[in-house]
Amino acid sequence: MAHEIIAATNAVVVLDVALPGIVWGWIITMNMWAKSIGTGIIFVAFYLLKKYPEQTGFIRLPSVVISIVFIHLFLFFTVIDLHQMFRFWHIFFHPHMTSMITIGAWLATGFVGIILGMAYFLYMKKDEAMYDKLLGYGVVLAVPVTLYTAGLMAQSTARELWQMPTESIQMMLAAFLAGSATMILVGGNKFSDPIKKDLGLILGFSALTAFLMYMTELIFGPMKAEEVIATLEFIKGGEYTFMFWLGQIVAFLIPMALVCKSIKDKSYYLLKIAAVSALIGLWITKHVWLVIPQLLNMS
Amino acid sequence: MQLGFLVDLRLCMGCKGCEIACKVENEVPLSTWRLRVKYVDVGSFPETKRTFTPLRCNHCANAPCERICPVSALHYIENGIVNIDKERCIGCAGCVMACPYGAIYIDPQTQTADKCTYCAHRIASAMMPSCVVACPVEANIFGDLDDPMSNISKYIQEHQGNVQVRKPEKGTDPHHYYVGGGNVTLNPLASFRAEGHSLFNNLTHLPVGGHH
Repeated sequence: MAHEIIAATNAVVVLDVALPGIVWGWIITMNMWAKSIGTGIIFVAFYLLKKYPEQTGFIRLPSVVISIVFIHLFLFFTVIDLHQMFRFWHIFFHPHMTSMITIGAWLATGFVGIILGMAYFLYMKKDEAMYDKLLGYGVVLAVPVTLYTAGLMAQSTARELWQMPTESIQMMLAAFLAGSATMILVGGNKFSDPIKKDLGLILGFSALTAFLMYMTELIFGPMKAEEVIATLEFIKGGEYTFMFWLGQIVAFLIPMALVCKSIKDKSYYLLKIAAVSALIGLWITKHVWLVIPQLLNMS
Repeated sequence: MQLGFLVDLRLCMGCKGCEIACKVENEVPLSTWRLRVKYVDVGSFPETKRTFTPLRCNHCANAPCERICPVSALHYIENGIVNIDKERCIGCAGCVMACPYGAIYIDPQTQTADKCTYCAHRIASAMMPSCVVACPVEANIFGDLDDPMSNISKYIQEHQGNVQVRKPEKGTDPHHYYVGGGNVTLNPLASFRAEGHSLFNNLTHLPVGGHH
């Protein structure tokens, strides 16, 4: 509709302030990327330990260590993105519970407590049963920790592109993608063929579903709101077009193809390349989707 | 009490007095604005017209910035103003992302969010907002929307059918109204913006305060 108005009125902004720059940039991309690995590895570890308990006991320690490292990276990037990072404690002492930032901070803190507990019982107490019990709670808490960023994007009323149903599924898919990719890299050649196949399928189907969702948003999103039309123009010939397609290819298309080939050829080497590609591409994809709504003039 | 603003765009002549008064009153740093006046040229020569639109915080009844603020730095006060506590703000910029009107910015000096507060400090002293005082044509009308005898309530009554808010589809329920507005003045997507070719400046993007 806006296009027709411009054509009809030839309206041109001749005096205004410059547009604001990107407020949530690469640090927030790092935040989302690291969180996908930190929670995703827990999801995948839970699945493998349930389905293949005899063969996957060795993943307990690396899984929880990776989760601890990446969740703390996520928290680190969350804090350094604050313009007043030394006031971070305000979230806990002056919490506003309608904000997904607050809820996310509390959930992530609980999740950190659980994974630290898992590490404690496994490493200090050698208590695998307790580890597995906590892992169950960790999986339950990992779901809202994964989803809260989607809620935050949905609360960003100004950014029409980010809708809760699609963003929440994309966050879960990102976690499965990153979790399976990380597990593939962690497992080395210790996994049996059925486990490798399972990890490949998780990676491949996550990539396929995420790719389909991005494509459907690209095609059908503009049919809903003029702001979405204007936002998607940045990846439809605009300045982020190359980066968007690079992300789609590296995160989704290459991993999908390599997973198919690796299953057919029983090649774990290809699966590892798919995993690396997915992890790199996920960062690019997340970054583009984060940035483009911020390029739109709000007033 | 529910304080609100109304701008009669038919009266505004784009003098930017309100903009400057706001800057001075609130010590708004260089490169940032609590209130700004946007110029849009409409039509093709010789049938052209210039429109002026003062843009500020809408003090929404359902404010996305208040909802997303994790520490209640953005909060309602009893007269309906969405105020900001800069000592509490952590600078997460959630409010900047949430505001559909682009009315919130990160103050480069304090590294906290800032926006128009309808000059809450002046109102507390029974004074009008500085932009209202500065306007030479009384295009800015301010008052209590709950009081049917207030200037703003009467103005809205007199101009029913010609009173608009920005982006009503967002469901924010703004307490900032425009008379004589249209798509060109109120919809940012309805006018072409050639970056770097504005009349008086050639800036493209502002550096965002802080470490970005």
